Amino acid sequence: MDYILEMRNVSKRFGEVQALQPVNFVVARNEVVGLVGDNGAGKSTLIKIITGYHQPDTGEIYFNGKKIEHLTVAKARDLGIEPVYQERALADQQTLWRNIFMGRELVTYAGLLDVKKMRQETQKLMRESMGFTSAAVTPDSVVRTFSGGEKQGVAIVRALYFQAELIILDEPTMGLSLSETRKLLDFVREIKRAGKSCIFIDHNVFHVYTVADRIVVLDRGAVAGEFLTKDITLESLMDKMYRVAQTGSLD
Amino acid sequence: MTSREDPAVAVSQRRLLWEEWEDGLARFARKYGLQIGIICVLLVIWGVFIIGAPATFLSREIYAAFMSTIPFFALIALPLTLVIIAGEIDLCFPSIMAMGTLVFVKVLEATGSPGVAFVFCLVTGFLIGLLNGVIVVRLGIPSLVATIGTQFFWRGVVLVVTGGHPASLVPVKGTFLYQVLVGRLGGYVPAQMLWTIFVAVLVWVILNRHKFGAHVYLTGDNRESARLMGVNVARTRMMTFALVGLAAAFSGILASLEVNYFWVTLGEGYLMKTLASVYLGGTSAFGGVGTILGTFVGCFIIGTIEAGTVAVGLSGFWTQLIYGLIIVLSVAMHAALNRRLAK
Ligand SMILES: Nc1ncnc2c1ncn2[C@@H]1O[C@H](COP(=O)(O)OP(=O)(O)OP(=O)(O)O)[C@@H](O)[C@H]1O
Ligand SMILES: [Mg+2]
Repeated sequence: MDYILEMRNVSKRFGEVQALQPVNFVVARNEVVGLVGDNGAGKSTLIKIITGYHQPDTGEIYFNGKKIEHLTVAKARDLGIEPVYQERALADQQTLWRNIFMGRELVTYAGLLDVKKMRQETQKLMRESMGFTSAAVTPDSVVRTFSGGEKQGVAIVRALYFQAELIILDEPTMGLSLSETRKLLDFVREIKRAGKSCIFIDHNVFHVYTVADRIVVLDRGAVAGEFLTKDITLESLMDKMYRVAQTGSLD
Repeated sequence: MTSREDPAVAVSQRRLLWEEWEDGLARFARKYGLQIGIICVLLVIWGVFIIGAPATFLSREIYAAFMSTIPFFALIALPLTLVIIAGEIDLCFPSIMAMGTLVFVKVLEATGSPGVAFVFCLVTGFLIGLLNGVIVVRLGIPSLVATIGTQFFWRGVVLVVTGGHPASLVPVKGTFLYQVLVGRLGGYVPAQMLWTIFVAVLVWVILNRHKFGAHVYLTGDNRESARLMGVNVARTRMMTFALVGLAAAFSGILASLEVNYFWVTLGEGYLMKTLASVYLGGTSAFGGVGTILGTFVGCFIIGTIEAGTVAVGLSGFWTQLIYGLIIVLSVAMHAALNRRLAK
């Protein structure tokens, strides 16, 4: 099998809390993996290890079959791993274009910013991908005044722009309206169609079930089970998840 | 039918144009409102002093005096703006001014070369600043506390090493270095003023047109977001402290050369003026917001008030009262403007 991401025996502890037991986790090329589990199950911890934000205590990470040592956020983004975080990760008082290019500013030489290009690209993204139609919003608008959905749009477009190989969405539908949620699910399908891979975290099983190829259930920091969506009905999946939350085992 | 023939369409188009213009104006105001505001404050204060003390404020001498003394704290206020935008504070720089000049004096004694002494002076400032950054970032001590501590420590080092005795810099007078640092261009414009303009442009470019500056804004705005998106927050924070250290040493040696003497108290009295200039210029104490133009103008407001209160016939005792008033009013203005523009 051709894996874009492979994690072996990766674990993470925060002081007293063993947020992640040693887990194995893979994402195949052009696969959408749904990651589900109770609050505090360790989903965000797992993906923050993939994005280089947390350093794992144990285990190895392979990207495109190559072992990666000391993954940092900058390194992960260079490899093509783009996160859209639960927290959205925006800087509220800064302009739209500064947010889009946060941490990956376009530069000319000696680290000098290519402000003109970043503004233009932002303008283009706004028109083509974010659906901002109001003339009041420009690349120089400060994101503080954006609505929750608009902010999420910024975070998603940011991931899109950098042509990520693996896009990680942590509860992206949180706070989105029905139509915005549908747009987001279409966006995940679009990732699939473009041949890219995706990890999709959501508490709404309906959302996960409709877009994921495979669903991984996390419970108390360990993988409790995984299913191909084509092999399981929505009812039995919900059944199993409920049982895991109650008893810690699938059957 | 074209719009030119249909008055209704023409009117609606005119309205559209007008709205667009209004939109543009609002955007302009949002972007530059604070900077325009602070320039207006300077003009008003200047106007008041010209009316109140025309003999002084219409003479060439007062402006020569401004250009020779304001740079000593403006040079530090400019990079200090970066520290404050990054959400930190630095109170150590008065002692760095003295430490830099102390090293200058010692190296000059040892080598006899003002050039070498000058380089050591700057390196000293940079390293002490960097050390502040390391203490704040690596040990996780709030910068307010850490830099109060280091301020006392380095002042103590100066006092212990010198035994409190000043040192003469008269031998440096007339050297090339002296001319370049504090000479008078055309017999009128002090070199330190030109240095201040140069540093202001340089810091502006760093803050607004360089990756480092972008990271300074992001770090101060939302440290967690910046970290999540791969900004090297630790290095950014440490570097801002190092830049203030470098600037403080530079300003210290300039201030000493100007009076041909190294006083061990060098830098005392600059702390409040420098901080006030930055806050006056609209830099947010909460981080994430601030401009170099604002700080630059802020410095001249502080300098003008200092000279002006005495010139209009008030006693020097009034200076602080007026400082306080202007600072509180300006910061209140910034806060009000900010709230308006945020809507
Ligand atoms: N930085 C941290 N420091 C200490 N503990 C942490 C930290 N991050 C997470 N934890 C703990 O690790 C556990 C797993 O948290 P995590 O955020 O991964 O859960 P999650 O599955 O994403 O939950 P949710 O669905 O609520 O987002 C929790 O008990 C949490 O309190
Ligand atoms: Mg989470």
